[in-house]
Amino acid sequence: MHEYPITEQIVKIASDKAKENNARKVTRIALVVGEYSGFIGESIQMYFDIISKGTICEGAFLEIEKIKAKWYCPACDIYYLRQPFSFACPQCGKDGEPTSIGKEFYVKNIEVET
Amino acid sequence: MSGKEIEVVQNIYDENDKIALETKASLEELGIFVVNVMGAPGAGKTSSIINIIRNLPEEKIYVIEGDIESDLDTVKLKDLGINTIQINTGGACHLDAPTIKNALQNLEFSQPGILFIENIGNLVCPAEFQIGEHIKMLICSAAEGSDKPYKYPLAFEKADVILLTKCDLKEYVDFNDDFFLKGIRGLNKSVPVFEVNAKTGQGFSAVAEWLKHKSH
Ligand SMILES: Nc1nc2c(ncn2[C@@H]2O[C@H](COP(=O)(O)OP(=O)(O)OP(=O)(O)O)[C@@H](O)[C@H]2O)c(=O)[nH]1
Ligand SMILES: [Mg+2]
Ligand SMILES: [Zn+2]
Repeated sequence: MHEYPITEQIVKIASDKAKENNARKVTRIALVVGEYSGFIGESIQMYFDIISKGTICEGAFLEIEKIKAKWYCPACDIYYLRQPFSFACPQCGKDGEPTSIGKEFYVKNIEVET
Repeated sequence: MSGKEIEVVQNIYDENDKIALETKASLEELGIFVVNVMGAPGAGKTSSIINIIRNLPEEKIYVIEGDIESDLDTVKLKDLGINTIQINTGGACHLDAPTIKNALQNLEFSQPGILFIENIGNLVCPAEFQIGEHIKMLICSAAEGSDKPYKYPLAFEKADVILLTKCDLKEYVDFNDDFFLKGIRGLNKSVPVFEVNAKTGQGFSAVAEWLKHKSH
């Protein structure tokens, strides 16, 4: 359910950008989706095929780059992937802090035909 | 026929966030402080709102109830004389900024006060969508277990205040306080955590005190 309005937004962003560049057709849309953005690539693709029908984006290939969430340890100055049920730094064992890595959710670029 | 790549780098939430900020600004002008109440289904969101309101007798209170269907919670609040409107999302798993913007047309703000918006019962999606709130209040019940910060980190990271509800049930569910708090601190160093019990009202005066301070 969640992915429907979001996918509409993706089609809108890509279409606006394509028209701005006098493109005829969008052939590829590159998305960057963080692990904690809560979005499932497969659902976006499913809605995309429905929503893009009849638009300049119809038939475009959705390329989804997934990004794992990373924590930061200020003491060791490292970024790390966390273990289940823990936020501890693998080097010093203290809890680090969440970062923006893994929360991405944006249209990176599009490929068009002119 | 030539393929050409065009840089975009545009956040997909931009549109939603823009509307949320407009909503917040227009409510601020009316002196309304907005609390986005989030939590799993049945966590105790409505019970908590009712208990907080009881402890804020001198504040004007408004409530928007989000629900997939039914208006049971709205009826409960209206019976208590609270100015409440209902939104049914018909399946959507969270409230978003355009939905709230529309709903606000049906709510008359006669004087400054606090608006509670009860989000859809869900620990994942509501955390990602701003709706025009000043603060996010996360309701988490002891019955859900002490591992929730580890499984739903975003909700805990984004919360401005956390209520651990149903504390009367702790002993029945082997609730591990240290594990729960350690998880929260790994995500959010400064968020206040209040332990409450909606059956007795215990703990809610402290929440109300905190909120009053925050909203003025
Ligand atoms: N024992 C106990 N039960 C509680 C407490 N708070 C709420 N409940 C019960 O938990 C159930 C759900 O409470 P609600 O306040 O309706 O929860 P909610 O989060 O608003 O639920 P939805 O809106 O349906 O997602 C009700 O049966 C409440 O009586 C509490 O502190 N202790
Ligand atoms: Mg409720
Ligand atoms: Zn470290």
